Amino acid sequence: MKLRDIAHIRTGDKGNVCNIAVILYDPVNFDALKAKLTSSVVKNFYCEQCRGEVKRYEVPSIGALNFVLSNALDGGVTRSLAIDRHGKSLGMALGELEL
Amino acid sequence: MKKIRIGCGSGGCAYERIEPAIELVCKGNIDYLVFECLSERTITDAQKDRIADPAKGYNPMLQERMSRILPLMRDHDFKIVSNMGGANAPEAVRQIEAIAKDLNVSVKIAMVEGDNILPSIHAYDAIPLFDADGSIVRDKDGHEKHLEDLQHVLSANVYLGSAAIRQALDEGADIVVTGRVADVSLFMGPLLHEFNWSDNAFDLRGQGLLTGHLMECCTQLTGGCYADPGVKDVKGLARLGHPIAEVSEDGAVLFTKVEGSGGFVSVDTCKEQMLYEIGDPSCYLTPDGIADFSHVSFEQVGTDRVRATGATSRLATDTYKANVGYLDSYLGVGAISFGGSTALDRARLCADVVQGRWHILGLKPLEKRIDFIGYDSLYGETIARTYEQRASYDIRLRIAVRASSEEQAKLLIREMQCLYINGPAGAAGIRTHIEPSISLASILVPCADIGIGTVKIREV
Repeated sequence: MKLRDIAHIRTGDKGNVCNIAVILYDPVNFDALKAKLTSSVVKNFYCEQCRGEVKRYEVPSIGALNFVLSNALDGGVTRSLAIDRHGKSLGMALGELEL
Repeated sequence: MKKIRIGCGSGGCAYERIEPAIELVCKGNIDYLVFECLSERTITDAQKDRIADPAKGYNPMLQERMSRILPLMRDHDFKIVSNMGGANAPEAVRQIEAIAKDLNVSVKIAMVEGDNILPSIHAYDAIPLFDADGSIVRDKDGHEKHLEDLQHVLSANVYLGSAAIRQALDEGADIVVTGRVADVSLFMGPLLHEFNWSDNAFDLRGQGLLTGHLMECCTQLTGGCYADPGVKDVKGLARLGHPIAEVSEDGAVLFTKVEGSGGFVSVDTCKEQMLYEIGDPSCYLTPDGIADFSHVSFEQVGTDRVRATGATSRLATDTYKANVGYLDSYLGVGAISFGGSTALDRARLCADVVQGRWHILGLKPLEKRIDFIGYDSLYGETIARTYEQRASYDIRLRIAVRASSEEQAKLLIREMQCLYINGPAGAAGIRTHIEPSISLASILVPCADIGIGTVKIREV
């Protein structure tokens, strides 16, 4: 099973920080997701992009985990050499993660 | 129970469709129309425009948009709040006045200023730079970076709160034009004007901040930035309806859109937008209060109707965030395509050739990035190797460099321009581009230095 089979994802950026919100279609799976999708799993997944730490915030009222990736956007939208300067595409890759 | 409807006419993009805003006015029964027109970068671009031409620096769509919207004010009772002023609110107001006169529409236009701190920027030289996660920015050796370390500062704007917008509306303005204010404040201004929520009405203000946050990116609430065919389908993306927030005096909030427009408003679109560009959901800093969204829930109460409950807030901090734009380098980008089963190998060879030329010529970029579009350009090689099922037949090599001067950037990138005949077989579609790299840094500025901003009202 892939993450995208049970959750939808939106990515945002502020400065050089990227946030990836992982939202369960069915919040009943919240505890199971929490156990599987830790900060270190996400940090490891984005090992090439994220040069800082990954913090995880839990929002059980909407069945969501919010991952905040520090120093992850090559300097941010105004400075990055990447095509995707905002990092808007980043979250869609995480959906491919096998759980 | 007093209730108002706020529509969002644009969500911070350089260009935004105009007809959905007209639809909001004509069919949405709205009391306020908010145009949110600034992103992190646009205020710096606007400042550059103003430096080049003192009559520019406001939103480039202003004339087109206001020429279409102002005539609707004759038959529909609504007010406009917008940060269309960008880096030049006085000129934006002059333009709106001229359009209103031309169209013979009488309006009271308020201008909010006070966000531009460029003239007094050196007072903050010793202030450390911070990133969006709250951490202090450090150089390679671990030393704190301060404002004074930035060369060639082009713009410096604080994110003002809603107080000046509210004051303008209290004084009877029909149109409020601002420069940089926090996006949520464009919505909090009307809410505080209408409902007069006290400073310590933390739950009510929390619901107001939630309203502003969900509305500020416009169609990202109504099906934009959401569709994934077969998984998350959205009907009518080409004519997405813009969102409407229905807010009651007691803090009840409902999100909807114009009936018959494209897209949809669902619990899931609301959840995605609530966490968009958010760090700690229990501590979202705004000049109008620290919002706590950690206990929010959404309920679908009808087609395209979602109720939101559970937001709260705390008092705002005593500092404003300011973004400082500065010129720190030049970017050069070149791209070149390869096709066929050996496309990736030839693209790699081509990248080696370019770097070989730099070596021969003694050129060295400050930084470089080499991407193979169609393979690893979005996610890098680690993720590409894990998930790429087969080699693409269609690869575009992209080389981006940072250089200390425009001349250096040109020398580096022009080595890609002769590769039709000097590179690997079948090199195609060469494009190159050089631009100044405008970087942003953030500092915190005491609110006491700035106040709430100034309000000036003119009548047409």
